[in-house]
Amino acid sequence: MSTNIPMEKIIEKKPYFKYLRLDKFPTIWCPGCGIGQAFRATCMALDELGISNDQVAMVSGIGCSSRTPGYFDGFTLHTTHGRALTFATGLKLYKPELTTIVFTGDGDALAIGGNHFIHAARRNIDVTVVLINNWIYGMTGGQVSPTTPEGAYATTTPYGNYEPQFDIAKMAIAAGATYVARGTAYHAMELKKLIMDGIKHKGFSLIEVLSPCTIIYGRKNRMSFEEMYFWFKENTLPVKAWEKLPEEKRAGKIPRGVLYHDDSRPEYTEVYWSKVKQLSGGEK
Amino acid sequence: MAKLELKYGNHACAEAAVLAGCRFYAGYPITPSSEIAEKMAELLPKVGGAFIQMEDEIAAMGAIVGASFAGAKAMTATSGPGFSLKQENLGYAFMTEAPCVVVDVQRGGPSTGLPTQIGQQEIMQSLWGTHGDKLIPVFYPGNVQEIMVETIRAFNWAERLRTPVVLLLDEVLGHMRETVDMEQFTPDRIEVWNRKKPEVPPEEYLPYKPGEDDVPAIADYGTPGYRGHATGLHHDYTGFPTTDPEMCQELIERLIRKVKRAQPELEKNEEYMLDDAEVAIVAFGTTARAARTAVQLAREKGIKAGLLRVVTIWPSPEETLNRLAKHVKAILVPELNMGQYVLEVERCAKGEAPVYRLNRANGKIIYPGEILEKVEEIVKGGK
Repeated sequence: MSTNIPMEKIIEKKPYFKYLRLDKFPTIWCPGCGIGQAFRATCMALDELGISNDQVAMVSGIGCSSRTPGYFDGFTLHTTHGRALTFATGLKLYKPELTTIVFTGDGDALAIGGNHFIHAARRNIDVTVVLINNWIYGMTGGQVSPTTPEGAYATTTPYGNYEPQFDIAKMAIAAGATYVARGTAYHAMELKKLIMDGIKHKGFSLIEVLSPCTIIYGRKNRMSFEEMYFWFKENTLPVKAWEKLPEEKRAGKIPRGVLYHDDSRPEYTEVYWSKVKQLSGGEK
Repeated sequence: MAKLELKYGNHACAEAAVLAGCRFYAGYPITPSSEIAEKMAELLPKVGGAFIQMEDEIAAMGAIVGASFAGAKAMTATSGPGFSLKQENLGYAFMTEAPCVVVDVQRGGPSTGLPTQIGQQEIMQSLWGTHGDKLIPVFYPGNVQEIMVETIRAFNWAERLRTPVVLLLDEVLGHMRETVDMEQFTPDRIEVWNRKKPEVPPEEYLPYKPGEDDVPAIADYGTPGYRGHATGLHHDYTGFPTTDPEMCQELIERLIRKVKRAQPELEKNEEYMLDDAEVAIVAFGTTARAARTAVQLAREKGIKAGLLRVVTIWPSPEETLNRLAKHVKAILVPELNMGQYVLEVERCAKGEAPVYRLNRANGKIIYPGEILEKVEEIVKGGK
């Protein structure tokens, strides 16, 4: 990004810019893509929490959302498809002092990486997962994913998708995640708060981010990017409001906000290292 | 004074790893390597290290690379099917230059094969198993004492070259109890190398800029100021993806070159009665033990046989094998597969001597008598 405004001036106004590797911009993301919203929300959350660049490791797998760490000025790992949580588990277990964030997508985390996702949740390891759910494999050109809505078109569902969708949040809760939230790329400030609470939470946190794949999903399903953003506005509602809805009115409505939060379960690395302390005297 | 202990092969590997500074182990149960994980689970917490049993083989490989980036000397151990599963992340470790040690206790393959029996069928896979070009050091000890020596050497070279190193064992070695002189492994006796650290100030730090030895000094993740990026994509000195053809070509050439130029130091063979040998046996691991006895039996019969036991199997001892071919009348390569390393021996022999095979892939070892028989056959053939 070429700009004549000195960096200090920008950071003064937008302090979260300090987390950006601006020399690597522009990003690879398409116009209208929601990943940038989630990335910005994450940077703003870190800034508000006062976590410095040197305290953050960001890990990803493969896919559009997994390119995020490249633009984040921290300790970043862009790993193999579906495996981000395995690398993050090794890193976090060895250096628990690093705030560890995983950026992933619906295909990366739920299809090829599904096993790692449920086991990381089960361990309740202190990793914050920002899962960009855009209902499609974007980077490979628009194939059906485990969260593609039924009936939707993808390059591998030319007659419409006939597989049911994963409910990511329900699965995460069932597997043992202790903080589960859902936001959207439309509700930007709410998303920042959800990610912030996820980072603050000691344990496995999942923030599912409903995010439009404007160019590929949108084109395939004849939705403009405005229509996609408005879809999130119209079809999601705060979880408290959703809970008040009678059962028959819930169909097609997606709850947003903190869906599950449990501070009572011990965090994996704390349990491990306290055991080690007993056995070794705490030396690494 | 010698301090002799009876040690189980897989346990010796685990103990030596800890001596070499290993402080992170991630694994997944698989016969015949599980005892390495079990021993590490016992040892690591006591020395302040981390042990984790992951949800699968792929995850175990991913976890050790993650820990390696955080600064840990890290290891995983597996066998046949598990080694296959690890290949993608092994390639990632090679591409991103993450030091780590991967132990493969070979059993009979392919597929589930013969889980509780011996094989030497991963000789080619250990080098070529992951997609894309690569060169990584592969060590293959021949007894329990040497398992300890080679485990330490594997960690040292992983650190020095910033590369994954594969340590091949086989089911017989892993499950064998043998006397080890622990006096050789006291802290003052063993040499332990550590990865280099960046010497430039943070603002000049380029994680993937190689030094004169072609090895970059990548800071451990969490080192204040020395932030960086790693990716399995082709990348530039900053670690960020690139498709610049010159940079991509140079990256792959350098990754191979850094191991190749260390080859003279990496090379390790044991020569046995080769000075006047007319028939040379080239063998490794458990098969080399039978070959050694076969050489003795042949000598008793007046046949001038000798053994070259290869310990660093990759990069192969190219010149040594070529010299050997010039020096002898015939070479025999017995191995517990359908003919893998023999291809490399043939390549290196460059037609200077005929190269014979003795192959088996049924879970049974090759006995000394069988090797002797083959040697006699070669000699009688007048070759």
